[in-house]
Amino acid sequence: MSIRQAMLAILEQGPMYGYQLRAEFEQRTGETWPLNIGQVYTTLTRLERDGMVEVVESAAEDGSDRTHVSYRATESGRSEVSEWFATPVPRTQPPRDELAIKLAIAVTLPGVDVATIIQRQRSATMTSLQDYTRLKRTGRAANPEAPEDLAWSLVLDSLVFDAEAEVRWLDHCEARLRRAAADRPAASAHATPTATPETSDGVAR
Amino acid sequence: MNAVLHLAAASRVHGEGATEVHALRGVTFRAHPGELVAVMGPSGSGKSTLLTLAGGLDAPTAGSVWIEGTDLATLDHAGRARMRRTSVGYVFQDFNLIPALTAAENVALPRELDGEKGKVARRLALTALEEVGIPDLADRFPDEMSGGQQQRVAIARAIVGERRLILADEPTGALDTDTGEEILRLLRARCDAGAAGVMVTHEARHAAWADRVVFLRDGVVVDETGADEPEALLVEESGR
Repeated sequence: MSIRQAMLAILEQGPMYGYQLRAEFEQRTGETWPLNIGQVYTTLTRLERDGMVEVVESAAEDGSDRTHVSYRATESGRSEVSEWFATPVPRTQPPRDELAIKLAIAVTLPGVDVATIIQRQRSATMTSLQDYTRLKRTGRAANPEAPEDLAWSLVLDSLVFDAEAEVRWLDHCEARLRRAAADRPAASAHATPTATPETSDGVAR
Repeated sequence: MNAVLHLAAASRVHGEGATEVHALRGVTFRAHPGELVAVMGPSGSGKSTLLTLAGGLDAPTAGSVWIEGTDLATLDHAGRARMRRTSVGYVFQDFNLIPALTAAENVALPRELDGEKGKVARRLALTALEEVGIPDLADRFPDEMSGGQQQRVAIARAIVGERRLILADEPTGALDTDTGEEILRLLRARCDAGAAGVMVTHEARHAAWADRVVFLRDGVVVDETGADEPEALLVEESGR
């Protein structure tokens, strides 16, 4: 998982303790992929075990004699980061797509109203798309000044493109299912993807 | 809140008997002040019909269309034309500017047709062009402007004289992504300032600028997304 490399890469900026690291990560990605602090420290512990980071002690900011445990990337940590940036993210194994799986199963089962599944999903995805767009035009992503704000705005763009692609795919599925249903009239009534619960007059034309 | 536009169980049937086509089937639809509504649907779903009924360019065969509290069926031809000029602004995919007129003259035209003096109409036009960010292009002709600039002129023409209903038919269809986004920003700003906007589009990314998205299929509204607050996904923004 890329969280490990992402954390390691952020540590190239300088030593940080867990909460700082998490804040820096979320500065760039919003809370799109929330990190809990336990996860951050577990990852840091593993990175330390693997020799990618080392512990440094730093004085607390309040001037007391307490110390923070901070982490610093080692030489091997830095080369792992370079390696990460130099290697494309593989697409050979597509991430598991629950929606594609759901529709693939649904179209083969009698008695499943695929048209309604598609429409409900489209509304839900459209609602997310509206949320992302609102954040894009009103939040700190609207006029990004700091590099972290630009990063966050690009993450939002990624979410927008993903959601848009999903809506287009759903439109495409709907059109193909309609065509398929029209090509085999009366073969199997359940597959006719026209009627939805709200449609009161599904009059055949 | 009173709707600026209200379609009440509006239907539109073309032809009769065997060749009868139901373009719209008893659709009820409202657009309120300050609201941008997107209408999505495949071709033939009735979205263009909805827009022509909303603009008084065509009349429903059943049901009614109300603009700012007036039933369009109670107006005569001249009354409807006046309503279109004073209350409704249109934005089309292909801009529909008059090539022989400058930007300012194109924008001033609806006001002049409405009896406004030339000087007053020009002043209103310049204000509208300023609002859409192109005051310096007032004396250019359409063929001396880019697509995005022409669409800005078209939006200025649609909003000149404080019209409260903006109808847009694929307003970004002929523009590249960035320019299209600028146009959406303008429409959005106009609605945030109190107008009601209805935009037909087949692009989900553009529809996402709306407060509500209405889905049409075969002349029927099949679904609609509300304008709920963004979900907890991005709590971080609200905490700032």
